[in-house]
Amino acid sequence: MDFSLTPDQEAFRERVRTWLAANIPAAWSRRAAGSEVPRPETYELGRRWQRTLHEAGFVGLTWPKEYGGQGLTLMEEMILHQEMALAKAPPVLNILGIGMGGPTIITYGTEAQKRRYPPKILSCEEIWCQGYSEPNSGSDLASLQTRAVKDGDHYVINGQKVWTSLAHIADWMMLLARTDPDAPRHKGITYFLLDMHSPGVTVKPLRQITGDPEFNEVFLDNVRVPESQILGGLNNGWQVGLTTLMYERLALGFGLQVRLRVALDALVDMARRVEKHGRAVTKDPVMRQKLAQLWIDTECLKYTGARGITRLLRGELPGPEASAGKMGWVETHQRLQELAMELQGPYAQLRGSDWAVDGGLWQYTFLRSRANSIEGGTTEVQKNIIGERVLGLPKG
Amino acid sequence: MDFGFSQEQELLRATARKFFENECASTFVRQRMEEDEGVTPQFWSKLAEQGWLGLVYPEEHGGTGLGFVDLTVLMEEMGRAVMPGPFLSTVLLGGLAILEAGSAGQKKDWLTRIASGEVKTTLALTEPNARWDAAGVTVTARAGKDGWVLNGTKLFVLDAHLADVVVVAARTTEGGRPEDGVSLFLVPRGAAGLAVTLLPTMDQTRKLCEVKLTDVRLPAAALLGARDGGWAPLARVLERATVALCAEMCGGAQKVLEMTTEYAKIRVAFGKPIGAYQGVKHKAADMLVDVENAKSLTYYAAWAVDENVPEAALAASMAKAYTSDAYRKVAGAGIQLHGGIGFTWEHDLHLYFKRAKSSEFTFGDATHHRERVAQLINL
Ligand SMILES: Cc1cc2nc3c(=O)[nH]c(=O)nc-3n(C[C@H](O)[C@H](O)[C@H](O)COP(=O)(O)OP(=O)(O)OC[C@H]3O[C@@H](n4cnc5c(N)ncnc54)[C@H](O)[C@@H]3O)c2cc1C
Repeated sequence: MDFSLTPDQEAFRERVRTWLAANIPAAWSRRAAGSEVPRPETYELGRRWQRTLHEAGFVGLTWPKEYGGQGLTLMEEMILHQEMALAKAPPVLNILGIGMGGPTIITYGTEAQKRRYPPKILSCEEIWCQGYSEPNSGSDLASLQTRAVKDGDHYVINGQKVWTSLAHIADWMMLLARTDPDAPRHKGITYFLLDMHSPGVTVKPLRQITGDPEFNEVFLDNVRVPESQILGGLNNGWQVGLTTLMYERLALGFGLQVRLRVALDALVDMARRVEKHGRAVTKDPVMRQKLAQLWIDTECLKYTGARGITRLLRGELPGPEASAGKMGWVETHQRLQELAMELQGPYAQLRGSDWAVDGGLWQYTFLRSRANSIEGGTTEVQKNIIGERVLGLPKG
Repeated sequence: MDFGFSQEQELLRATARKFFENECASTFVRQRMEEDEGVTPQFWSKLAEQGWLGLVYPEEHGGTGLGFVDLTVLMEEMGRAVMPGPFLSTVLLGGLAILEAGSAGQKKDWLTRIASGEVKTTLALTEPNARWDAAGVTVTARAGKDGWVLNGTKLFVLDAHLADVVVVAARTTEGGRPEDGVSLFLVPRGAAGLAVTLLPTMDQTRKLCEVKLTDVRLPAAALLGARDGGWAPLARVLERATVALCAEMCGGAQKVLEMTTEYAKIRVAFGKPIGAYQGVKHKAADMLVDVENAKSLTYYAAWAVDENVPEAALAASMAKAYTSDAYRKVAGAGIQLHGGIGFTWEHDLHLYFKRAKSSEFTFGDATHHRERVAQLINL
């Protein structure tokens, strides 16, 4: 067991650190709290930031070189994320493409697909969204009803997707649609790479509880998709889609632990500045307990993540610690945001004005954190998965 | 970075698991619970033969010279077996204190004999004030003509009734910083004025004593380490013992999780195995998360003390805070998911439940360690 870095890894860390110090946009460093998702007013900044990172060779570290990546290991990826957190770097814009779309295409794509899409995901030339959920299919995704019917060398798609993050700025969608309605539920689904600019695609932004329109309804009316846009084979979409979700969790594991750390640092910083009962809240024994527990839980995710990465680097399958990761993150982050409100007391009610703490940033991150236990699979579904797949308990 | 166990360590785990299954089944544990000793000479010799009593001591002192990551593996297996007996007290408290603070002669006198199983020892630190910090040390040691005179009461002392020598933390200087006036002494069994009383405990696998010192006269050579310099080595001992205890707790919690999942697969209610109900399944998932997180923090702490990184104290406190809560919750949930059978004396769950409770308070509970974390991160 060794938690230290090799000289090469140290050198990489040094290179990243130096580069970040020189390149983080000034417009961003003024912002106090870390947010894990790009917000509308930061889309342009996120796009430019991703391009800058990409030109420096810091996006797609683990992707093969021939598809635009750097051919490095998960270790470098982890180091990069840690350094970005320490430097309080802004999030990149194309998070779904980088976290899910690209890795899935690299795993299942034809050579032509692998050459066509991943490089533009990394360079932020093309933004991706994930079209899985539907009005009647969320947790029970295999019940999805969007239809794809063959017509010559095309498929004609009809149906509706919902809660589709970033669809309003996306160029491509990872689309799951039913190609064989007579097959068993999991066997009749196909994964398509859908051009969002195709005729028949209508995107209607939905306002979230934060007030931001970050996700959307997407209506698909007789959208024609060439057969060559199928990823991973006809009726194999369930398998391909699960891979996407696996990458999503892995990406979550990396990126989110460090974002959590950024948020925690900001929280501690805020705690030093606010008073309760006439003294700094950091001197309040109850608050000290809560802050310390958050510190412990945040650090814990790092070590749990390190155990998971070690397994993968050794070529083993993910172990039980991998499942603990996402749930731990969700619970900790939501508790962190609740504490941010508690520390502020009545000021927690203010989202703007000079009276608001940190200009009301925490009010956004607090509201946004409610989604953490829903997006990417709800906590209840995660617990079913742990119970059934990891512990081997019978299905309900 | 490679944050997993080596093949040798996995081998140690397999060996230890088999050993405890054979030598430390719950029938054995239960017999030891009923007796004052809590250990048999045969069992103790077998631990010595395996090289486990000296696992973390240097080879020159009869040890194997392995580290705390190796020890973590062994402790997890001990916790899995709810192993009774004076391992923690002898090897990781008294023994480590001698290793950390002792002179060459004192180490030579004791460590080889500890590793061989010949002698037992313990550490008498806590007092009726129930504090784990230096200010809690109020037992006095006055310098006399040609030695020392100790007075006061130590409480919650592990296995003092078995110890051939007790390492006693006493105050040699009043005033100033509490840390600067603590010294350590070697008090041999049978010293005049030393009264050891075994106390009935809820967790009968852990024997706790009251140690009364009434004008206990010791020669100058009984001083362990520097006069007034006892706290620094003691803090290191506590840090290390804490990490080892966390590992033991992780092993126990893991076993409870396994017992509970197995039971949830076979126990049928309303026509289904109870594990099919989400009220049960989700609780089991929560248990898994607690266990895995406790392991992550504990493994990191073990590595940190081995490598002596500056963060080691923080790592140990993070691990103990988390693991104290986790083991208690997991053991409680284990009983709940077993229903009535989990509440019986016959079922083994209560051994774990009680061990979780005693371990929670040993070396400071979660609240204590969270406050330490707060201090160490400069809150
Ligand atoms: C901010 C945000 C962004 C999102 N972005 C995207 C995106 O980009 N692309 C995309 O495809 N989707 C996206 N989603 C959708 C998300 O994946 C779904 O909301 C989620 O899978 C839950 O589905 P649902 O909303 O239909 O809820 P339901 O499945 O109807 O669940 C409702 C409640 O029932 C519980 N429940 C359901 N089944 C079970 C069960 N078997 N056992 C116990 N409890 C159960 C759930 O846990 C939940 O509490 C996003 C969601 C949010 C909040």
